[in-house]
Amino acid sequence: MQIYLPIAEISINAFLLLGIGGVVGMLSGMFGVGGGFLITPLLFFIGIPPAVAVATGVNQVVASSVSGVLAHLRRKTVDLRMGTVLLVGGIFGSALGIWVFSQMRSLGQIDLFVQLSYVVFLGAIGFLMLQEALRALLRTRRADAPPRRLHQHLWVHKLPLKMKFRTSGLYISVIPPVLVGISVGFLAAIMGVGGGFIMVPAMIYLLGMPTKVVVGTSLFQIIFVAAFTTVMHASNTYSVDILLALFLIIGGVIGAQIGTTLGLRLKAEQLRILLALLVLLVSGKIALDLLLTPAELYSISIDGRW
Amino acid sequence: MRIPGFLIAFIMLLGLPARGEEVVAALSQTNVALTATFEGSEILVYGAVRREAPIPEGDPPLEVIVTVQGPAGPLTVWRKARRAGIWVNVEAVSVSSAPSYYAVATSGLLGDVLTATEDLRHRVSIPRAIRAFGAADTVPDAEAFTDALLRIREEDGLYQLLEGEVELDRDTLFTARISLPANITEGVYSTRIFLTRGGAVIDRFDTAIDVSKVGIERWLFVTAHEQPVFYGLLAVLIAMFSGWAASAGFRYLRS
Repeated sequence: MQIYLPIAEISINAFLLLGIGGVVGMLSGMFGVGGGFLITPLLFFIGIPPAVAVATGVNQVVASSVSGVLAHLRRKTVDLRMGTVLLVGGIFGSALGIWVFSQMRSLGQIDLFVQLSYVVFLGAIGFLMLQEALRALLRTRRADAPPRRLHQHLWVHKLPLKMKFRTSGLYISVIPPVLVGISVGFLAAIMGVGGGFIMVPAMIYLLGMPTKVVVGTSLFQIIFVAAFTTVMHASNTYSVDILLALFLIIGGVIGAQIGTTLGLRLKAEQLRILLALLVLLVSGKIALDLLLTPAELYSISIDGRW
Repeated sequence: MRIPGFLIAFIMLLGLPARGEEVVAALSQTNVALTATFEGSEILVYGAVRREAPIPEGDPPLEVIVTVQGPAGPLTVWRKARRAGIWVNVEAVSVSSAPSYYAVATSGLLGDVLTATEDLRHRVSIPRAIRAFGAADTVPDAEAFTDALLRIREEDGLYQLLEGEVELDRDTLFTARISLPANITEGVYSTRIFLTRGGAVIDRFDTAIDVSKVGIERWLFVTAHEQPVFYGLLAVLIAMFSGWAASAGFRYLRS
């Protein structure tokens, strides 16, 4: 069944969209990631204009984070105060990202910019995840490995403007969380992702937050940054396609539930290696598209449209 | 003998058809609705040649050309080149006006049924339908860019040259089928039917097809452009509601 998307202005098979939403939703349920970093490139691959893919991807992130954060709120594993500080940074970062996005669009380089961002960030994250997962796999095999220290005093603890974060049990400067928020908001605007894949490691290793509140707090922040970014994209680039988002969301929420159940039955370390390989595969495909001589050197951009 | 185009125009100005042959035509549909499930459409153009006198003997044969043109607008054609190992959009040529869709169907080879002068005047062939003034200022080979524009749009089925696709019966009745692909944009699609003899246009009939988004498609498109903030908030609300509903729904199913 073909469906005509009013903003992307192309006709796409509805089951393909539900399928993409479903598969990514399943992976996000299995691995506890938002999935924006997979949805957006998959939309490029099926021919959705990159600007629409980014803006609609971030809209889909809103749905998956709301669905995820509710469980964390019930379990009280959300540090609302830290979330709010991150959020302030996120709003600034997103506004900056939207501005850069518009500039790149008027220069005719938005496709390249988005693709390069994906290659760099997905590539780096993929390598880090693979390294971490392999190390964890080795650690479980060697039971005599030294345990990780629970609380470390890092340079970030010496900065001014300190604030008490009771849920996280931290008394740290607000500067690092604001900076983390800014970078994540920036990535949300230019890549159409929630940014959990950057924020979660930053919260654990940079801010020293306890692992149990990390995912909930990051989801909480992502909802608002993604919502803000969606509205900004809608009013600046007119490239949010509600119909496209709806199909991705429907596929996504069903997939996520299946993924969560499936994830409980599989081994965590092996899952993480799989996810890392998947991330590397996607970034490799985008990199290849940039490196290989394209079949068509010319492209058309209609003035005044994304 | 070929009749110069200006003479025909002059005679037509006087209100006298050159040879007393007129074209009357109609379309199978004058409205195309871009609904959510739009998969393309086929327009049947049909008509007849009306004559006061019998068909002239010994004249060059009668030919029919049908063109359908979608809304036109400015665009930019980019060319990639390798920079620091990756392929980047480097050079650009602005095209001041190019139709989003253009189909030309003829009863014979376009070069045979229409002279170059007449083509220039009526802008019938595909290269004549686009205007790329001043393009040569920016790059030395601007033609390669306009060629690429034609090639890309032809591959997408947006520009179609349908030579010999107009069926002309007994020099009087004709039909042509024009397909509108699924990726067309909305607007007024002006349709022209030309009657030619010996490459010269002897009559012309103009009509239009109205292609518009309808229902939810139309509403979403208009809202996205006219009330973007409201549209953005709506997108967020739908996403939040879906997220909540999914979570609540599956929790209910599990319990």
